[in-house]
Amino acid sequence: MALVLNEDEVMLRDTAEGFFAEKAPIKALRSLRDERDETGFDRGLWAEMAEMGFTGVVIDEDHGGVDMGFMAAGLIAEQMGRNLSASPFLSTAILAATAIREGGTDEQKSEWLPKIAGGEAIIALALDEGPKHHPAGTSATAEKSGNGFKLSGAKAMVVDGHVADALIIAARTSGDEGDAEGISLFIVDPKSKGVSTERTIMVDSRNAARIDLDDVEVSGDALLGSLDDGMAVLGKVLNAGRAAVAAELLGAGSQAFESTVSYIKERKQFGSIIGEFQALQHRASHLYSEMEIARSAVMGALTALDNNDPKAELYCAMAKAKLGSVAKLASQEGVQMHGGVGMTDEYDIGLFMKRIRVLQELFGDAHYHMNQFALANRF
Amino acid sequence: MSDLKAFAAEVREWLEANCPEEMRKPITGDKDLCWGGRNWEFQSDAQKVWLDRMVAKGWTVPTWPKEYGGAGLSRAEEIILKKEMARIGARSPLSSFGIWMLGPALLKFGTEEQKLEHLPPVARGEIRWCQGYSEPSAGSDLASLATKCEDKGDHFMVNGQKVWTSYADKADWIFCLVRTDNTGKKHHGISFVLFDMETPGVEARPIKLISGRSPFCETFFEDVRVEKKNLVGTRDRGWDVAKYLLTHEREMIGGQGQLEGQGRPLHEIAAGSLGIEDGKLADPMLRSKVAEAEIDDWAFSLTVSRKLAEAKAGASLGADSSMLKYYGTELNKRKYELMMDATGHDGLEWESDRSNDGKLARSWLRTKGNSIEGGTSEVQLNIISKHILQLPGA
Ligand SMILES: Cc1cc2nc3c(=O)[nH]c(=O)nc-3n(C[C@H](O)[C@H](O)[C@H](O)COP(=O)(O)OP(=O)(O)OC[C@H]3O[C@@H](n4cnc5c(N)ncnc54)[C@H](O)[C@@H]3O)c2cc1C
Repeated sequence: MALVLNEDEVMLRDTAEGFFAEKAPIKALRSLRDERDETGFDRGLWAEMAEMGFTGVVIDEDHGGVDMGFMAAGLIAEQMGRNLSASPFLSTAILAATAIREGGTDEQKSEWLPKIAGGEAIIALALDEGPKHHPAGTSATAEKSGNGFKLSGAKAMVVDGHVADALIIAARTSGDEGDAEGISLFIVDPKSKGVSTERTIMVDSRNAARIDLDDVEVSGDALLGSLDDGMAVLGKVLNAGRAAVAAELLGAGSQAFESTVSYIKERKQFGSIIGEFQALQHRASHLYSEMEIARSAVMGALTALDNNDPKAELYCAMAKAKLGSVAKLASQEGVQMHGGVGMTDEYDIGLFMKRIRVLQELFGDAHYHMNQFALANRF
Repeated sequence: MSDLKAFAAEVREWLEANCPEEMRKPITGDKDLCWGGRNWEFQSDAQKVWLDRMVAKGWTVPTWPKEYGGAGLSRAEEIILKKEMARIGARSPLSSFGIWMLGPALLKFGTEEQKLEHLPPVARGEIRWCQGYSEPSAGSDLASLATKCEDKGDHFMVNGQKVWTSYADKADWIFCLVRTDNTGKKHHGISFVLFDMETPGVEARPIKLISGRSPFCETFFEDVRVEKKNLVGTRDRGWDVAKYLLTHEREMIGGQGQLEGQGRPLHEIAAGSLGIEDGKLADPMLRSKVAEAEIDDWAFSLTVSRKLAEAKAGASLGADSSMLKYYGTELNKRKYELMMDATGHDGLEWESDRSNDGKLARSWLRTKGNSIEGGTSEVQLNIISKHILQLPGA
């Protein structure tokens, strides 16, 4: 297991670090928010990310990507986490790219992968329906209709769904709600008749959508992967998504932690720098330890994905569980150690708390993954 | 890469042929460990054979240079060796403070004569060492130690008392912190000396622990003669040696729970005791804590590998050893608390065959020392605050 970055990876990390700090720093998110930007991210940034090869990081070269793998994707996500950079990287470059790469027909691959790599298409995954992540709980349906299907149901937390050029929708083609089998994936044009999209601005000033499907007609070749066995593709998509989100959490958590440590080295009370108080020192040092453990969890998961490790799913569950709780701790301790200013909009620490709250929820929170981990170990 | 693959294949084959079956069984208690030393009584022929064979390969101390009894392996090769040993469940052939603590310090600070005199017997398990650091008034504040060491011309004379000296009653030699000067700041004037526990004037009195066992002692020194050649590093500057040794000690203690982890996993113990209902551990509250602890355990073991891979072969991890020590020992305590929760009434049995004479209860109590020995958790957090986070006044 390669837990130390090689030279190429160090170079990529440094490039991504400079890129996001310069092009998409926290103040960029603030202005998107304050100007109530329609898109919620900067399309110019996305185009530049395409030029850098970031959008095609897990797409093969034949389809216009750079095929650098998941460790590379994680390094990019981590830097986005540090800068709170808004972009459709997760929805499009990770989730959709993995879904189409793993499940797509040759035609689907040639149609979509070059567009993703080129930054020309934004694709959102419409999976969850209820308040919590629950893939098997899919109740949206896709009924056979002529040569195609008719989709109905309601999706929530469709990240970037408000601006997507295509949706990848999970719908039930057989079985009952709660069954992992019987779910199929479809690539759907959001402009199709019967699709209604409500943009949902989230607590972190990033965007998702609630999407209603009312007898949406799609042709047979909209099917992505095998009929009834969407889970085979979805499993890989979710592994990739969880690892990438864990990497972004690592970045956001690290930044929250580091800026908190800087703050307690400056702020004075009782005639002392507050970082001299042992109560704070020990909490900061505990957090340092947790962040180090968390980093290993993320690197383990990304490496497992790149190696096609048979335990990759478990690695990703472990990483998402660990990062969900550690990044949350970093943001909570961060706000507390900032005192009153930690509650202000002016200070960045609150923005980290919000983003981390969203990320830890996406594709399963720590409780979800602890449960999965236990089930996989038969307890 | 192919070199490492070839090495792995060679190691695998050698271990298959040379590790006795009995030495592949899980460790069930202290008695299964081999500590070596002048008075060591091997638990079985297999234990002796296993030690002899590993000594011959230099694999009791794989990264040490050959002239000191090692095999001169790189860190990557060492990791392969460990993995291959773990794969067949091979026990460590030798447990030794000499290997974990004194060795690294001598390799860095010792003279060539000192290395040649002391390291090979450590590698061969012939001399067992103990650690004379703590004193009744110098625990966390170790640098305030007062054991007196006077220069008597051709030799030193040591007077004073150590405490919590693990296995002092069984060890052959001691590495000991003494005060050679008390006129300056407390970190100055400390020296690091070595002497034989059979030297007249040395007395070790076992102390009984809450686990009922007595692995550590009060150790008294009265006019103990120490040869000058047994001063390690610069006189009065022994604190540098002491601290460096501690980073290795902490790395070792931090990783200890991992070694034990090779036994039955926590969730299996819990399932065995509480049962499984609908595929889930019958106690849902405990179940989530078990899952959380095992996730932490996994991520922690990746961290140990990551930190070792980052450090060069034989190099110290520096202050990160405090992070590993802090996290690893707190985690180990948490796991044992959960094992006690899971086993309930059964885990409380202290003297019975059923409980292997209270093995779990005694181990549970022993883990409480993990976050005290080698510097307490609070002290590790102080070190992280000072050396890693560079917080003021830490
Ligand atoms: C099982 C075991 C084996 C051991 N083996 C050996 C051995 O072989 N050789 C050897 O030399 N020693 C050994 N020790 C001793 C060990 O190193 C000391 O016990 C340890 O350093 C703590 O010192 P103390 O016991 O004097 O506690 P104290 O220093 O009195 O600490 C008491 C409490 O105060 C806290 N505290 C102290 N200072 C601070 C501070 N600055 N900030 C915050 N909290 C603080 C501590 O964390 C602890 O909770 C062993 C100990 C144990 C438990």
